[in-house]
Amino acid sequence: MSAQSLPRPAAAKRSLPKINPVYVLVAALILAIIVMNPAFGEPTGYMNFLKRVTALAILSAGALYVIVSGGFDLSVGSIMTLTVIGSSMLASNDPNSTYWIIPLMLCIGAVIGLINGLVVSYLKVPSLIATLGMMITLNGVAFMWSGGAPRGYLPDTFRFFGRYNITDIPVITLLPVAVICLVVFGTILWWGMHRTNFGRMLHAVGDNQQAARLAGVPVERVRISAFVVSALTAVLAGVILGGRAGVSVDIGSGFELQAITAAVIGGAQLLGGRGSVPATIAGALALEAIFTLLNLLGLAQPVRLVVQGLILIGAVAFATYQRKRAGR
Amino acid sequence: MKKIILAAAVFGMLTGAAFSQAPNFDDPAEFAKQRDQLTATFNGPADQPYLQYAGDSMADTASFKKEGPWTVCFSNAGVNNPWRVVGYTDMTEEVKLHPEIGTFTHVDAEGSDDKQIADIDDLLAGGNCSVLIVSPNSTAALTPAVEKACAAGLPVIVFDRGVTTDCPVTFVHPVGGYGFGIQAAEHIIANVPAGGKVLMLRILPGVDVLETRASGARNMFKEAGLEVLGEEFTDGDNAKTKSIVEDYLQRGTIDAVWMDAGATAVAAVEAFEDQGVDVPVVTGEDQQDYLQKWRDLGFKGIAPTYPTYQWRTAIIAAVNTLKGEQVPSPEWVLPQPAITQDVLDQYINEKMPPLHYAMCGCEDMPNYPQAWGGTE
Repeated sequence: MSAQSLPRPAAAKRSLPKINPVYVLVAALILAIIVMNPAFGEPTGYMNFLKRVTALAILSAGALYVIVSGGFDLSVGSIMTLTVIGSSMLASNDPNSTYWIIPLMLCIGAVIGLINGLVVSYLKVPSLIATLGMMITLNGVAFMWSGGAPRGYLPDTFRFFGRYNITDIPVITLLPVAVICLVVFGTILWWGMHRTNFGRMLHAVGDNQQAARLAGVPVERVRISAFVVSALTAVLAGVILGGRAGVSVDIGSGFELQAITAAVIGGAQLLGGRGSVPATIAGALALEAIFTLLNLLGLAQPVRLVVQGLILIGAVAFATYQRKRAGR
Repeated sequence: MKKIILAAAVFGMLTGAAFSQAPNFDDPAEFAKQRDQLTATFNGPADQPYLQYAGDSMADTASFKKEGPWTVCFSNAGVNNPWRVVGYTDMTEEVKLHPEIGTFTHVDAEGSDDKQIADIDDLLAGGNCSVLIVSPNSTAALTPAVEKACAAGLPVIVFDRGVTTDCPVTFVHPVGGYGFGIQAAEHIIANVPAGGKVLMLRILPGVDVLETRASGARNMFKEAGLEVLGEEFTDGDNAKTKSIVEDYLQRGTIDAVWMDAGATAVAAVEAFEDQGVDVPVVTGEDQQDYLQKWRDLGFKGIAPTYPTYQWRTAIIAAVNTLKGEQVPSPEWVLPQPAITQDVLDQYINEKMPPLHYAMCGCEDMPNYPQAWGGTE
């Protein structure tokens, strides 16, 4: 009996590439859309789709930072609303105002994230409650500021990021500015999460806070930073969504849950310690693709909601099952 | 097998529930009545549409006559959309015009039937109200609450959405949902050749004033031989509206977009603009952003209205009742004009906020335009 004859089941398993099921899901959905509607394969088709998904994709990638650190951020939707309402109120139709409004909004976002983080870290309020309170507060602030109806427009310079297409480009003919934003911010968020020491500490805190603290991780600072990143991406998502769609008083409502859903479809673990930025962006693509596909099938709205819900539960159940089987 | 049975049962429950509670939103008699009212002549001063009324039937309110100062109580379904924000401003400004009104008590039900029922109970229990104005959140749920207020001997004025009892002094409302749908559909039929393709965009299902807008238009499109591409629900969300129109555009041409409310009309127009396609007929409502987009791009628009001046009329009806004057009853039907190309310019005011509803009948009020968020 030599060592070579020992069974090696691990090798057999490894020969199958371990691919995150979310990528398969997105590919399948996109393929189905193209089969149903060949026009989707044209640049106007898929570029419009990407443009539409940008706000949610950036938002989910930012919300993932909080999820990986073991928390929730329910305030992101209201930050988007506040960004859009506040910008429209401050802009007063002046195209030059964009250059100071966006930085100002980012500052406001950073402060909100900081408060969220401080409340969670030092007052020990569970993040679900702390950010729920923040969400209600911010919705109230946005409502007070606007009086319940939009009071101004967003100038074209502001809407540039969410609306404008660069045309006459070879091969892809058109490139929405939003898609450039998606690539740039997606890369930055990927780098921060997967290539820096901060990203590693984030995973450590979410996985086991006590162990991380004993290993010398500044737990509070890491968690607060995660909330700040999440709030900043919410402002960016607000700028892009407001640019795409214009002002409405409840523009961001529901986005907090969509962001969490996208992260979970992408395989993030809700109690922290695990999550991937590219897979989360793919999760956002999947969410939007489900909507588009059901729309194309021409199903009635109630049926569409039922199917949408079932696909969501199915996708997450499948991802969890896969992970369990793989022992991760 | 079990699964199939279970699925069938669930499906049955879902559809069963939907059918069992479907009231009649497709009533040919009401449709014909509203169609006539759209072109009828109204009584009262033509330059003050909020005082005009259809028909001659009046209520004698001498028994409610009361010395001032009065406490006017108002149970409001909500101030949860821009239309209601404008309407509520119309109302508070109207209150200021009547020195006899000592106190104006406003309770906001925040879009909840339960809260509104409790609100009305509280107002009755308080015993201070001289008159009760109700803008019901939903018809069936609020009917018993309104009946209770009538039974307590209070004069009750209902406006906007109705209730199914005739105990109130009057029910103030413009012509109605069918009328709105008719105005938009007639414009599309006149501007789109037979066989043209119409996309119908709606906010949400199940609300009477919105269902009737859709059913009236749907029947007319069928009669005129237009093809309805689909009826989609936008939830009043700009981003969703834009996505829906983009998706339909990818699959083929659209000759007209019919909308049951105008708040997202600009998003629909932008979907065509951003795609580099000529904007076809897109109907809207009287809010400023749509009117200005229509003027700037020069597409074939029309703005049917559900005038917010009815919020003024509700106060006027309450005041007339407490003075013991005659009030149009059992319904005070207000005119419901549509803004067409010919009169477009006179309703545009760039100083007003984007979702200011132009048909407010409020230009003659002392605090116009600041109170509505406009600038001098």
